[in-house]
Amino acid sequence: MNISYLFLIPIIPLVVFLVLGIFNKKIKPAVSGWIGVAGLATSTILSFYAAFQYFFVTGKLDGAYQTFTKKTVWLNFTDTLHIDLGILIDPISIMMLIVVSTISLMVHIYSRGYMKEDPGYTKFFAFLSLFTFSMYGLVLATNLFQIYIFWELVGVSSFLLIGYYYTKNSAVAAAKKAFIVTRFADFGFLIGILIIGFYTGTWDFETLNNPEGAAIANWASTSFMGLSVLTWALILIFIGGAGKSAMFPLHIWLPDAMEGPTPVSALIHAATMVVAGVYLVARLFPMYYFVEEGFVLNIVAYVGAFSSLFAAIIAITQTDIKRVLAFSTMSQIGYMMMALGVSGYDGHEGVGYMASMFHLFTHAMFKALLFLGAGSVIHAVHSNYLKDMGGLRKHMPITNITFLIAALAIAGVPPLAGFWSKDEILVAAFENSQFLYSIGILVAGLTAFYMFRLYFGIFWGKETNYAHKPKESPRSMTIPLVILAIFSIVVGFIPFSEYVTADKLGFVAHLNYPLAATAVLIGLIGIIFAWIFYKKENDLAERFANAFGIFYRWTSNKFYFDELYLFITRKLIFKRISAPIAYFDKKFVDGTMEGIGNKTLVVANKIKGIQSGKVQDYAFGFISGVVVLAIVFIYLWTN
Amino acid sequence: MELSSFFLMRHEMVLLAIALILIIAEILIPKQKKSSAVHLAIFLFGIHTALGFFPLEESSLFGGMFRTNSLIHFFKNVLNIGVFILLLQSADWIQEKIVKLNRGTEFFILLFFSLLGMYFMISAGDFLMFYIGMELSTIPVAALAAFELVKRTSSEAGIKLILSAALASGISLFGISLLYATSGSIYFHDIIEVITSNNLTILGFVLFFAGLAFKISLVPFHFWTADVYEGAPISVASYLSVISKGAAVFILMILMFTVLRPLMEVWENMIYVVALATMFVGNLFALRQQNMKRFLAFSSIAQAGFILLGLITGTQLGTASVVYFVMIYIFSNLAAFGVVQAISLKTGKENIDDYNGLYRTNPKLSLIMLLALFSLAGIPPVAGFFGKFFLYTAAASEGYYFLVFLAVVNVTISLYYYLLVVRAMFLRTNENPIPFFNNKLYMRLGLGITVIGILVLGVYSPLYDYIYELSAVFNQ
Repeated sequence: MNISYLFLIPIIPLVVFLVLGIFNKKIKPAVSGWIGVAGLATSTILSFYAAFQYFFVTGKLDGAYQTFTKKTVWLNFTDTLHIDLGILIDPISIMMLIVVSTISLMVHIYSRGYMKEDPGYTKFFAFLSLFTFSMYGLVLATNLFQIYIFWELVGVSSFLLIGYYYTKNSAVAAAKKAFIVTRFADFGFLIGILIIGFYTGTWDFETLNNPEGAAIANWASTSFMGLSVLTWALILIFIGGAGKSAMFPLHIWLPDAMEGPTPVSALIHAATMVVAGVYLVARLFPMYYFVEEGFVLNIVAYVGAFSSLFAAIIAITQTDIKRVLAFSTMSQIGYMMMALGVSGYDGHEGVGYMASMFHLFTHAMFKALLFLGAGSVIHAVHSNYLKDMGGLRKHMPITNITFLIAALAIAGVPPLAGFWSKDEILVAAFENSQFLYSIGILVAGLTAFYMFRLYFGIFWGKETNYAHKPKESPRSMTIPLVILAIFSIVVGFIPFSEYVTADKLGFVAHLNYPLAATAVLIGLIGIIFAWIFYKKENDLAERFANAFGIFYRWTSNKFYFDELYLFITRKLIFKRISAPIAYFDKKFVDGTMEGIGNKTLVVANKIKGIQSGKVQDYAFGFISGVVVLAIVFIYLWTN
Repeated sequence: MELSSFFLMRHEMVLLAIALILIIAEILIPKQKKSSAVHLAIFLFGIHTALGFFPLEESSLFGGMFRTNSLIHFFKNVLNIGVFILLLQSADWIQEKIVKLNRGTEFFILLFFSLLGMYFMISAGDFLMFYIGMELSTIPVAALAAFELVKRTSSEAGIKLILSAALASGISLFGISLLYATSGSIYFHDIIEVITSNNLTILGFVLFFAGLAFKISLVPFHFWTADVYEGAPISVASYLSVISKGAAVFILMILMFTVLRPLMEVWENMIYVVALATMFVGNLFALRQQNMKRFLAFSSIAQAGFILLGLITGTQLGTASVVYFVMIYIFSNLAAFGVVQAISLKTGKENIDDYNGLYRTNPKLSLIMLLALFSLAGIPPVAGFFGKFFLYTAAASEGYYFLVFLAVVNVTISLYYYLLVVRAMFLRTNENPIPFFNNKLYMRLGLGITVIGILVLGVYSPLYDYIYELSAVFNQ
């Protein structure tokens, strides 16, 4: 399969970014929007074409999907250890291409309406293109170092976009928080990369992931504190992934990241960048599975399951609709992580891996739809809070219907997309551990509940006294909603297990009827509870909140995790550790350096006279130099 | 000898032809249209630069007096590109100031003859050719330094350069004659066979080294540099600091790595000492400079000290890192000189204080200057970082850890004064800033190429691999 043309996919957004960035002020906003959309549409077409070619025409050899790479050496360290730049095509990278392209294109189109009045319109599209370029680069990376480069680039673009409303203090604080928390996690990632480079001598995914290869075969050769060094490396890499994917306890940045414009939340903080952590684990899945008999995968599974439950509980009590969606995202990513964690490798045992990727795919569609729908609502009522909404179904019919479809999809109601992927995840969890399965099923119920709390709260209930009468969003915003709604209905029917599997061979997945029925039942119960509580205005919800008292306050304050972090950083780290270090640094380190600097300047002043401007002096210096060198090297140095 | 083998001297012959065409053009072009000679010269040199990229065989001529191989050929191309950028950057100055004096063509003729001398110098196969080349490359530059006859400082620069150069070349020639005395030949390939490390040879080498060290402006042979750079026209200072220095470094490296390798024990220690002296003296003097040209003069002395880090190794890695660094250095320094040139031409201002608040009025020039200074200081990801990185790698791989450490200390010092300029441009305010102006096409091109070079050369790694391969020629 010739994959050279795929280089265009990342390059086009990069070019768009450069054009929009350089000619920022010179391009009319209307034009810059179209440039962005046109560029991304081209990349999207190429991605779909590549996916078709790969899955249906040339990708298979002897029943297994092949890995194609095209790369060039960028920096050489040793014969095997070098940093390459290139693209790698295999089922998951193609799948991610589709996700990134589709969502990004929809968000681009949507932003033309949503950001219409914004003064920084061109800049916004430039940032979107930068993000899309970085995300493509991340997805297509051929080696750990390349993925790390683009990993940081998506971090930067995310930082820029969260802090897009840079005149707002909370947005700036949120951007910083996101950057610092993920950077902190990336530090672990980097150390993991360096360990892998040092002990296996390669960063190349193909070499690392080969189950018979040296990296996997010799995992036990060096150990450190009771575990193999590679296990440590994989744990560190998972920390990096957990930071980016907002897994407990590194999740605190994600809710705040909602300060960014809503299309950005849909693109970055729902569908693409936040699932990079899942993608990273999937990318290195053979290593995770074989090294130390999958020890790290247990960590992945439990961290995922806990995050999933934790976030779902918090989501119930949030009143900012974007924050509800943010916690919902965190919860669903926890689901994906859990599925990866319980997965096996061969054939049907790899159902967890397949389910995780499947859910990533369907989740991207309906979660982006939810965010864009929320954006449409916010656009209409100019508020993020549930209390300012209600009864909008009459005013915004398209948003209402599409939002409902997405909510049903995420609640796992058949035959929508979320049902199929969630079912596979529950099957995988069930086959592995009853405990994880019960968490999964509990989360499914909670998800259905908080999602319909949101839905009824926005579109039903009592109509608030709106200052302006809310009206349906313009066509540029509703078209992406409709398209994504269609996707949210149909993508569940894709037989994912034939295309995307851990061993790349494909298998036939069957619906497990008892499990599916249980999940659907739980989901419906959740919806019914939400119906009772929120469909009509009543004081049931309030009474429950009062009855649960402390528990309610804890959850609505996100279990005080932000406060905990503040306490740890401000009171403990800053005061007890940083302050003494800073004192030492100022007095001793800086003092020494400043002393050296001052001395240097003094010396520079003193020797100024040598440069007298007289040629005679120069000739004298010249001859003296020759004489001294001659004497030193003839008489003193050599015997 | 076949006539076709003269084509090995393609670079030299084409350049000579261009110089001759310009002499004829000087006669034929009427006085009112003299500025067209500038276009002609740049056009012809552009063709010459392009022609240089056609591959060339590896061989020698005139019984070994003249030789060429892939690395020498590559280096001539690098020099060509440097000179071409320099011409683009000088074009406006020549048209506005020099053509009026009816000396526009002369500038090019002198410059091209000097470059021709450098070709012969780096292609030399014996000391005679080397010496003639060195002289040919120096003397026209002295005339160029004194080119702005109306300025007293320019004449002073010319006379200082020619006096210092005469001294240096005399000492160098004396050193060559001592080498001849001990080995009985002036041909490099004969000398390799017989040369041994004895006192007379060492003395010969030290004297010979002093001559080249003068051109590279290594301490203590650097005194002329600052005065000449300050007084001479900016184009000439720029030429001296990049092209002339680059060529001298290259031939010194070739000679030390091949002919003088038996003396390695001596020269590696000597380079060690000289490198340290050069880095520290260059940096310490640069700290205090107020004039941009003097500032760049001392910065270029310090840079020469860094180049010696690659020279000390005597390995293929060393050769590659030196050639690579010189190439990047040419782009970075030309960018810096180009900005100084542009500002000086429009406003006559050359002091660092004059640059206060430049970013507010001329953001593009400030950004180019920023890139150039970052590249000179070696801040990633611009090219200069990679250049220095490979020099350190080369020196460290031969075990010179302490030298590399001191070099890093020096980078820190240099960062201070480079950032002084950056601070002036970006953070300082000025009541009377340099007003906004647009550059003409040639200057824009000249600056544009350097910017591309600074941004691309470092990260485009195949280039380094290519140079590394070529470097095998002198390191069997």
